[in-house]
Amino acid sequence: MQTVFIVAILLLGFLITFQIAKASEYVAVLRGEEKAKKQTNKVNAFLLLAFLIVGLIGVYYCNETLKGRILGEAASNHGKHIDTMFHITLVLTGIVFVITQIALFWFSYKYQQSDDRKAYYYPHNNKLEVIWTVIPAIALTVLVGFGIFYWFKITGDAPKNAMEVEIVGSQFKWEFRYPGHDGPGGKGVFGKKYFKKITGDNPLGQIWEDPANHDDVYVTGEPMHLVVDKPVRLIINSKDVIHDVGLVHFRMKMDAVPGTPTTMWFTPTKTTKQMAQELGKANFVYEISCDQMCGKGHTGMRGELIVETQEEFDAWMATKQALYSKLFEKKQPAASDTTHTVDSTAKQVTAVLNK
Amino acid sequence: MSDTIHIHPGQVAHEVAHDDHHHGHHEQSFVTKYIFSQDHKTIGKQFLVTGIIWAIVGGLFSVLFRLQLGYPGQTFPILETVFGKWAEGGVIKAEFYYALITMHGTVLVFFVLTAGLSGTFANLLIPLQVGARDMASPFLNMLSYWFFFMASIVMISSLFIHTGPAAGGWTVYPPLSALGQASIGSKLGMDLWIVSMALFVVSALLGGLNYIATILNMRTKGMSMTRLPLTIWALFFTAVLGVLSFPVLFSGLILLLFDRNLGTSFYLSDIVVNGEILNNEGGSAILFQHLFWFLGHPEVYIILLPAMGMVSEILSVNSRKPIFGYMAMLGSLFAIAILAFLVWAHHMFVTGLNPFLGSIFVLLTLLIAVPSAIKVFNWLTTLWRGNIRLAPATLFAIGFVSLFISGGLTGIFLGNSTLDIHLHDTMFVVAHFHIVMGVASMFGMFAGIYHWFPKMFGRYLNSTLGYIHFWVTMVGAYLIFWPMHYEGLAGMPRRYLDKSSWAAFSQFGDLDKMITIVSIIVFAVQLMFVFNFFYSIFKGRKVTSPNPWGANTLEWTTPINPGHGNWEGEIPEVHRWAYDYGKDGREFIPQTEPIGANESKH
Repeated sequence: MQTVFIVAILLLGFLITFQIAKASEYVAVLRGEEKAKKQTNKVNAFLLLAFLIVGLIGVYYCNETLKGRILGEAASNHGKHIDTMFHITLVLTGIVFVITQIALFWFSYKYQQSDDRKAYYYPHNNKLEVIWTVIPAIALTVLVGFGIFYWFKITGDAPKNAMEVEIVGSQFKWEFRYPGHDGPGGKGVFGKKYFKKITGDNPLGQIWEDPANHDDVYVTGEPMHLVVDKPVRLIINSKDVIHDVGLVHFRMKMDAVPGTPTTMWFTPTKTTKQMAQELGKANFVYEISCDQMCGKGHTGMRGELIVETQEEFDAWMATKQALYSKLFEKKQPAASDTTHTVDSTAKQVTAVLNK
Repeated sequence: MSDTIHIHPGQVAHEVAHDDHHHGHHEQSFVTKYIFSQDHKTIGKQFLVTGIIWAIVGGLFSVLFRLQLGYPGQTFPILETVFGKWAEGGVIKAEFYYALITMHGTVLVFFVLTAGLSGTFANLLIPLQVGARDMASPFLNMLSYWFFFMASIVMISSLFIHTGPAAGGWTVYPPLSALGQASIGSKLGMDLWIVSMALFVVSALLGGLNYIATILNMRTKGMSMTRLPLTIWALFFTAVLGVLSFPVLFSGLILLLFDRNLGTSFYLSDIVVNGEILNNEGGSAILFQHLFWFLGHPEVYIILLPAMGMVSEILSVNSRKPIFGYMAMLGSLFAIAILAFLVWAHHMFVTGLNPFLGSIFVLLTLLIAVPSAIKVFNWLTTLWRGNIRLAPATLFAIGFVSLFISGGLTGIFLGNSTLDIHLHDTMFVVAHFHIVMGVASMFGMFAGIYHWFPKMFGRYLNSTLGYIHFWVTMVGAYLIFWPMHYEGLAGMPRRYLDKSSWAAFSQFGDLDKMITIVSIIVFAVQLMFVFNFFYSIFKGRKVTSPNPWGANTLEWTTPINPGHGNWEGEIPEVHRWAYDYGKDGREFIPQTEPIGANESKH
C-alpha cells in the first residue's frame, strides 16, 4: 500500500513538472522567444556561479564531516610512505582542481550571452599551448618520481631478518601457516605443499615427506599474530578463486591467486594495544579484508590480526603444536608412511612454493 | 567526391522528391525503412533507443543495489513480489546483489556507453559531417546494429534463467567466472554472458570498420582530414581503438569458454573448490586479466572520446567561438588513443605484477594526464571571452568538463602504483571511474542528444525539462560520488554489500543512506528525460530553420528532415574548417562558404 502511495506521489509530481515545462514553452512563444531565451540564459548562468560557490563550500564541508572517519595514522613503515605520497598528490591535484573548476564556471558565468558582447575570434596560441603542456608534464614528473621511489621501497626485497607467514584464502576464510624454526639461524622454512594433497586433515596440502613441514604451525579460526617493529613477509596463496589480502591500517594489499603465489612485506609499527589507545577504541582490531570479489560470501571474508611484542608472540606460539605432530605423533608411524609414499614424487616439482 | 559512387542514386533522388510531400510513401515498406534500414540515421536512432532502454535497465539495477547498500538488511516486500527467490522476505540476497552489480557494469559500459553512445553518434554524425550519402557499407552497418540486438537478447535472456545471470563482476575474472561450483552466477548465466559479448564484439567490429572506411574514403570535396570537425576525429580514434582491442577481449573470452566447458586450463591451476580437487594445472588466472584489460582500458577511452569530441563541438558552437587549439586538440586525441593501449596493467598493480613492469605502467599512465590537461585548458580557453548560449546541450558540455577534471584528477592517485596499493579495489575506484567515465560520458551523450535531436527528429526536446534534467543530475552526481571517495580513503573495499560486521568500514552508514536517496532521485529524473525524449519525437516543438544553432558543420546544410542520401542534389563542397565562429565580425561562416577575398587568416 505504502509503495503504491509513493509511486502515485512520484507520478503526480512528474505530471506537474511536465505540465509546467510544457506551459513554459507556450509562454515563451507568446512572450517572444528571444526574450524568454535571454532570461533562461541569465538564470542558468547564475546557477552555474551558484553551483561553483556552493560546490566549493560543499567540498570543504564534506571534508570537515568525513575526515575524522577515515583511518588514522598508518601502522606500518610502508603505510607512512603511502600517506606521504597521498598528501603530495592531494596538494598538487587540489590546486589544479580549484583553479580549473573556478575558471570553468566563472567563464561560463562571465561570458554568458549578451547583445553587447562579441565573441573573440581566438583559434590558437602556440605559446599558451606549450605552457600548459610543459607545466603538467613537470608536475607529473614529480609525482612519477616520488611514486616510483616509494614503489620500489615497498616492493623491494624484504629485510633478511623478516619473519615469514603464509596466508591462504579460500571461499570465504583465511588460513595461516608459520614456518617453525627448522632453518639456518633458527629461521623457519616452509615445507612444500601440493594442492592435490588437500584433505580435511591437511587443509593446505602439506607434503609430509618434506621434513621442513614437520614443524610448520597451521592456524585458522583465530587472528594472525605478528611482532611489532619486526618486518614480516607474507606469502599469499589461494585455494579456489582470486582473493586479496587487504590490510587497511598498514595500507597494504596483495592479490591471492590460485596457482601463482604472491608476496608482500612490511613492518608493523604499532601494537594492537597502542592502536586501541591512540584511537580511543578499547576493542580495536586489525582486520584482514578480502578486496577482490570472490563470490557470495565476499563481504564476510574477514580475518583478524594481532600485533604484539616479541614476548607476547612467543608465548602465543608456545601454545601451538605443529600440524604434523598433531596428525601423526599419536598414530602408527607406519600407517602414515604408506599413505604418503603412494602419491609422492613426480608432481612434487610443481608443488614448490617457496624458493 | 560526387554522389554517383554511392548507393542507388536513383533511389535517393526518389526519396528526396517524396520528402517534400509526406512521409510514408510506398517506396519503402515499414520494415525496410524503420527495422532493417540501411540508412545510417535510422541505424543511429536504433542504437540510441536500444541504448536508452538498456540505460533504464542498468540504472534500475543500480537503484536496487543502492537500496541494499543504504539500508542493509531492511525488508522491501515489493522486491520479493517482483524478484521472488532472489529477494526472499524482501531482502536482497548476496547472489542477487552480485548479479545486479555485474549486470549494471556490463550493461552500462558496453550496451549503453559503447553501443548507445558511439553507435548512435558515429552513425548519425559521420556521414552527415564528412559529407557522405551513407556509410561505406550500409549493409554491414545494418548488421552491426542487429548483432548488437542479438547480443542484447542473449544478455536479457540470461536475466531470466534459473541460476541467474553472470555474477562475477563486469570484469569476469576467472577462476570465479570459470567455475560453476564457486558461484551460482558462473553457471549457465556466464556462458550466456560470453556468447552475448562475442556477438557484441562482432557488432563493434562491423561498426568500427565502417566508421573508419567512411571517414577515410568518403569525405566530400574539400573536406581534408584537418578540416574535419573534432567529433569526427574523436569517433575515428574511437573506432580504431575498438577495432584493435575488441578482438583481444574476444580471444580472452573464447579461452574462458574453453576453460568452462572443454576442460582446458588456460586460466586455471591448483584449485580446490568446495572440497573438490580440480585437475587443472599450469594455467594463469592473471593471463585473463592481461587480455581483459588490453581491451578494458582502451574501452574507457572508447567511451570517453566520443563524448570529448561532441563536447568540443558543442562548446565551440554555443560559445560562438572557434575551438581553441584545433591541432592541439587533435594531437591530444591521438596521444590519448596511443597511450590507451600502453597502460592496461595499471589495473593490475597488486596482482603480483613484476614491480619494474609496474613502474613503467605508472609512467605511461600518468603521461595520459598531459594530453588530458591540454584538452581541459583548451576547453576553458574556448569558453573564455565567448558569447555563451547556455542551452541544455551547453550545460551538459560544461558539466562534462567539470566532471572530467574531478575524475581525471583522482585518476592521478590511482595511476600511481604506490597509492594504488592502498586505494585499489576500494570505493575510491568506484567514485573515480563513475565520475570520469560513467557520468562524464553520460553528460557527453546527453549534450549530444540535446544538440542533435533537431537533426534526428526535426523537433526540439523540451528545454525546461532539459534544464531540470541537467541541474538535478549535476548536483546529484557530485552528491553521490564525491563523498564516496572518503569511503575509499578509509579502505572500504568495493563490492561489499553490508559493512556492519567490520570495525574499519562500518562508520559510513548515514552517508550510504544519503547516497541511496540521491541516486533514486537522479534515476527518477533520468526517467523524466526518457519521457521528454519519446514525447518530443512525436509532440516536440517543430524545427523551422535547417540550422537552428547557427552551426558551421555540414549536417546543418541538409533539409530539416533529410531522407536517405542526406542532401537533395549535389553533396556540398567544403572550403574551410568547421570553426569559423565570430570571424571578421560574422557570427558564423558555414564550411560550405568559399574563402572570401579579404578574409583574414587564422
